[in-house]
Amino acid sequence: MDLLYKIFIDPFLQMGGAPDLLIQTLWEGLVGGMLYALIALGFVLIFKASGVFNFAQGIMVVFAALTLVGLHATGIPAFVALALTVVVMFALAWTVERVVLRPLVNQPDIILFMATFGLTYFLIGFGELIFGGDPKVMITDELFLPKGRINIPAFGGVVSLQKLDIAAAIIATTMVAVLSVFFSKTRIGRALRAVADSHKAALSVGISLEQIWVIVWFAAGLVALVTGIMWGARSDVSFALEIIALKALPVLILGGFTSIPGAIVGGLIIGVGEKIAEFYWGPLIGGGTDSWFAFVIALIFLLFWPHGLFGEKIIERI
Amino acid sequence: MRLKTLIVGAAMASLVGSSALVSMAAAQDANYVPLFTYRTGPFASSGIPIANGMHDYFTMLNERDGGIGGVKVNVEECETGYDTKKGVECWETVKGKNPTVVGPWSTGTTLQVIPKAAVDKIPILSMAYGLSASAIGEKFPWVFNPPATYWDGLSIIFRYIGGKEGGLDKLKGKTIGFIFLESGYGREPLPLLNQLAKDYGFNVKEYSVAGKEMQDQSAQWLAVRRDRPDWMIMWGWGAMNPTAVKRASENGYPMDRFIGVWWSGGDDDARAGGQAAKGYLTLNFNGLGANYPAIQDIKKHVVDKGKSQVAAEKFAENLYNRGVYNSVLVAEAIRNAQKLSGKKVVSGEDVRRGLETLTITEARWKELGLPGFGAPITGVNCNDHNGHAPAYMQQWDGAKWVKISDWIAPMKDKVRPLLEKDADDYVTKNAGWPKRTEACDKAS
Repeated sequence: MDLLYKIFIDPFLQMGGAPDLLIQTLWEGLVGGMLYALIALGFVLIFKASGVFNFAQGIMVVFAALTLVGLHATGIPAFVALALTVVVMFALAWTVERVVLRPLVNQPDIILFMATFGLTYFLIGFGELIFGGDPKVMITDELFLPKGRINIPAFGGVVSLQKLDIAAAIIATTMVAVLSVFFSKTRIGRALRAVADSHKAALSVGISLEQIWVIVWFAAGLVALVTGIMWGARSDVSFALEIIALKALPVLILGGFTSIPGAIVGGLIIGVGEKIAEFYWGPLIGGGTDSWFAFVIALIFLLFWPHGLFGEKIIERI
Repeated sequence: MRLKTLIVGAAMASLVGSSALVSMAAAQDANYVPLFTYRTGPFASSGIPIANGMHDYFTMLNERDGGIGGVKVNVEECETGYDTKKGVECWETVKGKNPTVVGPWSTGTTLQVIPKAAVDKIPILSMAYGLSASAIGEKFPWVFNPPATYWDGLSIIFRYIGGKEGGLDKLKGKTIGFIFLESGYGREPLPLLNQLAKDYGFNVKEYSVAGKEMQDQSAQWLAVRRDRPDWMIMWGWGAMNPTAVKRASENGYPMDRFIGVWWSGGDDDARAGGQAAKGYLTLNFNGLGANYPAIQDIKKHVVDKGKSQVAAEKFAENLYNRGVYNSVLVAEAIRNAQKLSGKKVVSGEDVRRGLETLTITEARWKELGLPGFGAPITGVNCNDHNGHAPAYMQQWDGAKWVKISDWIAPMKDKVRPLLEKDADDYVTKNAGWPKRTEACDKAS
C-alpha cells in the first residue's frame, strides 16, 4: 500500500506542493530535449539522404568542437576559428562523399552503415592525433555566449534559468527551423527526398547524388558543430561528448528516422519525460532512471506508432 | 622468380626473427612493468595525466639511475579505454611476458582479474581503488590497494565534516548527499556510508549518474536542490567530475560543502567550473606541484628531453603526480623483491612479496626525492594489504588546488571490521576460493 502511495500519489503531491520545482524540472527537460533534438537532427539529415544511420554523428560532434577550441588555442580569434571550423566541416563532408560514399553507390544500406563505423574510428584516431585526448574548455566567453542565471520568483520559490540554456534553446530552435524550411521548401530538399527514395531513380532524373550527399553531410556537420558548442559549454570538450549521441536513439525511435519535426517533438517528449521520471519517481528505485527511461518512453510510443510519431509508413508489396 | 621470392622471404623472416630475439633478450634483462592506461575514450580526461605520470617516473629512473637496482624497467602501455573487457584482454596479453605487477586502473577490471591473479601468479596493485575488501591479505594474497581503501576515504571525509560541524554526533538528523558514477567504483563506498548513517543518525540521499548521463546531470542536481543536503560527497570519474562541479555551482550549492574522493580532484575537473568552482573540496594523498627533487628530475631527464607525452602546462598537475605516486609504489615493491629474492630481474611472485613488505617512511620519501609527497606507508603486511594511510583535504582556489588540512587518519575501527566481513562474504560467494598458501616474509 505504501509503495502504491509512493508511486501514484506522492509524486503528484510533490508537484502540487512545490510548483516552482515542477516548472524548473519542465524547463530542464525542455532544454535537454532541444539539445537531444539537435543531436537527432544530425542523424535524420543523413538518414533522409541515404537511408543510412550515421554512426559517426557522435564523433562529428566531438571533432567539430575540438577543431573550434583547438584552432582558437593557436591564437586565432574565436569567430575566425568558428568560420574555419565550418570550412573544416565542409572539407570533411566533401572527403566523406569522395572517399567513403561515392565508391559505395547502390550498395546495400548495411554496407554504408558499416562504412560510418569505419569513419567513426578514423575520426577518433585522427582527432586524438591532432588534438590529443585531454579535455578542453569551450570558448563560451569568446563566442559571447551568456553566463550566469536569471532567478524568477514563482509560487513562493524560485525558478532558476541558466542564460546559457536559454541561448541553447533559442539557437537550437532557430537551427531546426532553418533546416526544416531548407529541406522542405527548396529544390535541394526535394532532391534530397528523391535520393532517399532511390539512388537509381534520382540519378535517372538528373539529380547529382554527389552534390546532395556533400550538402547533407555538411549540414549534419554544422549541426554537429552547434551541438558540440552547446554540450561542450555545459560540460567540457572531450571525447566523452561522443556518448551523448546515444541520447538521440530513443528520440529517433520516437520521432521517426526521417522527420525533422519528429526529431524536435521526440526530443522534447524524451527530455521532459526522463527529467520528470528521474525527479519524481527516480528516488523510489535508487535513481539513475534517465539512462533507460527514454527507451521505455520510445517503446511505449512504438506500440501505437510503429514508424515513430512522424516516420514514413513503408508499405512493401510481396 | 620462385627462388628470388624464397630468398627475399628468408631474409625478411631472419630480420624479423633476429629483431624479435634482440627485443626478447632486452626484455629478459629488464623488469617488465605493463601499464594499463586509457588515453582514449570518455574517461581519457582522467586517464591521460595518470598515464603520463606513471610512464615518466619509470623513464626518469631508467635515464637517471639506469632503472631499479641496476636493471632497466621495461614499460609497456596497454590501452583499455576504461573498458572492463579491454582491461581483461590486456591482462591476457601481458600475462605471458613475466609482468612484475599489474595496475588495472579500473575497479571493474580489478574485480574481473582478482580471481586470475593467484592462478597467473601476477600481483595486482589497485592503488586506492578496486575492491576495498582486498585489503584483507589472508583472503587476497595477490591483491594490494594501498595507501587507503575507498572506505578509508569516506571515513576521512566524515572526520573532516565532523570537524567542521563540531563533532560527528552533530550530524544527527542532517542529510548527506552522495552523487556517484553508476558503476562498481561508484557503489563501492555505499556499505560504509549506510553504516555511518546508522551510527551517527544522519540521512543519506543517493544520486546515481549513469555513464551516458555524466555530461548532463541536470535531473540529479535538481534533486539536490529539492533535498538540500547539508553536505555533498562525490565518487565521480572522467567527464562526470567537471560536469558535477559546474552543475553544483550553477545550482548555487555551497562549494565548500561539496567534497569529492581523490579521483574527483583532477585540475581539469575543477578548471571547467572556473571561478564558480572556487571552494570545491576533494581528498588527496599525493603532493601537489613540481616542487620536489624527483619531480624536477622527471622534468630534467624526461620532459625537457622530449621523452614525455605530457603538455608543458599540465606537467605536475594533480593526477600526473598521482601517476608518479603509483609508480613509486611499484618501484619500491620491485626494490623489495630484488632484496628478498636476491635476483635483479624479478617475477610477479617476487613482487607480491615485495608489495607485502612495502614500507615508505617519512625518511624514505625524502630519500626518494619526494619529501612529504605522501603520508608514511607503514601498515602494509601479510594480513593488511592496504595500510590505511591518511589523506588530506585540498581546495580549488579558482585556478589551482591548495592543501588545506593536515593528514587525516581514517576510522580504522569502523573500516576494518566491515572489510573483514566483506572479504568473508566474497569468499563465501565464490565457492572454492583458495586458502592462502603463500608464506609470510619476516620483513612483513
